[in-house]
Amino acid sequence: MNRLLLNKLILILSTLSAVIGISFLFWILITLSYKGISALSFSIFTHDLVEGGIRNLLVGQFTMAILASLIAVPIGMMAGIYLREYGHGTKLASIIRNLSDVMMSAPSIVIGVFVFALFVAPFGGYNGWAGVIALAIMMIPIIISTTDNMLALVPQELREAGMALGGSKHKIVLQIVVRAAKVGITTGILLSFARIIGETAPLLFTSANNQFFSMDLTEQFPSLTVSIYNLATYPDESSRDLAWSAAFVLTVIVLCINLLGRFVIRNKK
Amino acid sequence: MSKKDLVMEVKDFSFTYAGVDKPSLNKINLPIEKNKITAMIGPSGCGKSTLLRAMNRIHDLYTGNRYEGEINLYKEDDSIQNILKLKKENDFIQLRQEVGMIFPKPTPFPMSIFDNVAYGLKLSGLKDKAEIEHRVETALKGASIWNETKDRLKKSALGLSGGQQQRICIARAVALKPRVLLFDEPTSALDPISTGAIEELISELKKELSIVIVTHNMQQASRLSDSTAFMYLGDLIEYDKTDTIFLNPSEKLTEDYITGRFG
Amino acid sequence: MGGTFFKNFSFFSATLSFFLLIGIFSILFSYAQDALHEFGFDFLFNEVWEADEDDEGGIFGGFIPIIGTLLSTLIAMIIATPLAMGIAIFLTEIASSKIAKPVSIAIELLAAIPSIIYGMWGLFYFAPIVQEYIGGNGVGLLTAGIVLAIMILPFMAAISRDAMQTTPAVLKESAYAMGATKFEVIKDVIMPYAKGGIIGSVILALGRALGETMAVAFLIGSVMSIPSSITDPSTSIPVLLANNFAEAQDLEMSAMYYLALILFIVSLVIISIAKFYFLRTKVK
Repeated sequence: MNRLLLNKLILILSTLSAVIGISFLFWILITLSYKGISALSFSIFTHDLVEGGIRNLLVGQFTMAILASLIAVPIGMMAGIYLREYGHGTKLASIIRNLSDVMMSAPSIVIGVFVFALFVAPFGGYNGWAGVIALAIMMIPIIISTTDNMLALVPQELREAGMALGGSKHKIVLQIVVRAAKVGITTGILLSFARIIGETAPLLFTSANNQFFSMDLTEQFPSLTVSIYNLATYPDESSRDLAWSAAFVLTVIVLCINLLGRFVIRNKK
Repeated sequence: MSKKDLVMEVKDFSFTYAGVDKPSLNKINLPIEKNKITAMIGPSGCGKSTLLRAMNRIHDLYTGNRYEGEINLYKEDDSIQNILKLKKENDFIQLRQEVGMIFPKPTPFPMSIFDNVAYGLKLSGLKDKAEIEHRVETALKGASIWNETKDRLKKSALGLSGGQQQRICIARAVALKPRVLLFDEPTSALDPISTGAIEELISELKKELSIVIVTHNMQQASRLSDSTAFMYLGDLIEYDKTDTIFLNPSEKLTEDYITGRFG
Repeated sequence: MGGTFFKNFSFFSATLSFFLLIGIFSILFSYAQDALHEFGFDFLFNEVWEADEDDEGGIFGGFIPIIGTLLSTLIAMIIATPLAMGIAIFLTEIASSKIAKPVSIAIELLAAIPSIIYGMWGLFYFAPIVQEYIGGNGVGLLTAGIVLAIMILPFMAAISRDAMQTTPAVLKESAYAMGATKFEVIKDVIMPYAKGGIIGSVILALGRALGETMAVAFLIGSVMSIPSSITDPSTSIPVLLANNFAEAQDLEMSAMYYLALILFIVSLVIISIAKFYFLRTKVK
């Protein structure tokens, strides 16, 4: 019968798509692990790029991502709190919510260009702060949207109960509402951290890269992702091997933070 | 009651949901009479919807459920089919065209009123346009919604009121000329006026086909049905003529439920 | 006292995203002024990108990176869309929850992998395959498009799946109850019901593909030439920016800002269409 055959065909094709999707994941992860692990040695964690290691790159990448989070998390959370707790229902809040939603998907390279114009060119060169700011700009809209969505899940009764006890608005927001949404917001922060720590494009001409260990954010700053981009395109075998190891380490970090985020939210339920 | 008067018969039927050890239905026996309305009542969780959903194997959309016993469908040619034995997709399709179902909430598909009612006909392979139009009209008239919709057949069914949507769904099922129509709490999402219209429609429909209705509303069961089955915690406690069940039940449990002592 | 400060601080934080958006636009626009004055809208169709000997001026047209961006994105969309639909259908309608759950997680992890990994993997493992079986020298539009497709695939599949999952079970059941096959339920009930979300996911993925830098940077070849075949190398706006922006001077730099402005505006328009027209969810 014709329609049964068509049905079978479509179901098989759909299943096949899933198989293809999953195979690519495994293909990427397996080759990455194979290449990464075979070139991996403990010494790359104790040496800087100039000596063939990634120590300074890891420290640099984490420093920038953590500083970016320190800027983006409070701003993003406060903005999310405004949208849900103070401005909710107003025209302004809905405009801001939409703009921030759009910002979330703005091309990261454009953010790099913007930060270059404001924080690199006027200061005479690449610097770590510019990288931090570029990452923070990428992170803020994600935090806003997570906070906004998670606060929306907090039952209205909780706010009313707080009010009924005579709590002031900001105390209720901070001590009851935000606390009730804590798990969701934490997950959002972890997932957005996992996203920015793997970013390359916004760092290319903001922090750029540094072969040496450096904690001076006013100078070129070491970046793991930018280094991977450079190393992978060098012709010599040892640079490529280092790129694979660095890529492997980066992927492990990103996936671990991601799984941690999922784990946090699962444990709550 | 001879077999001649039956359209379906549930025999020693047990049902266990996937991932659960304890059966949700224990050895149910229930005859479904031809051109009659059979009501199933009982407190929530008693298994009445579970039984109903076994009667056209809708449970099979989800894997891992287990059946025991028989549910027999008495075919027009007097042959008997145990529907629990069906395995092939095509057999399910045939079964569901013979045993239709109406759900607790109106379920208009995201398409026009006409296409909604014609949907089953097209699925069953009917291509003749005039014939489809004719049967859609008949079905809409049969579901007493023709007058309200005849000028807007090409409009989306989602624009109708809840009661109208439910009648569209009934028309959609009736258009396939099923022999049995299963109603799963068909008025639970509707206001009293729409409920009245649907009840009237159900009484009309029994001229054409046999009806099984699950309801949590005892008045509805007593108003509509010819016979009633009372179920409790997965057991069928009592089955009889509706008058007997409501006026003179033989089981204490039935009486307690009917008189509102629990449930 | 504390309450007022708290409220004001939250208000200023919220307006920041507004100022950021305006800020990015104005910065790009003002730095692109020289190129805008010099080339106007012909910039979009001019394929020459040449600096003068003295590096002071030159002729800069955006046609090649624009075409490269569009073509690589088009290839990616053609490959990714049907696959993503298939995956979404598999996850919502075919797989039992025992299978759907790990597959879902795998798909979401695939979406979390940094794009630079896709690019690097594509360069070393996928480009040689394209070279061997399809032709060209490995890097080029086709390779970039395919790897881009793999990258946006999980993202598109995840959003489509979410949209399809919103179809009420009872609606599907009532189609099955009329004797519909699975495919018919998908085609006639799920697809129309989830239409907005599905189209939204496709457009959002399109926006992402257009602005993607790293996955493409490894693979497109980064040469300023018009491709004559699908396997030819070319360049795209993000890749040109990634590789040449920082070293550019004067008018060339301004032309780069012009390209960034174009990319920014096109992305914003596409994302807005996806989010506010197709993916609009009711605000609680």
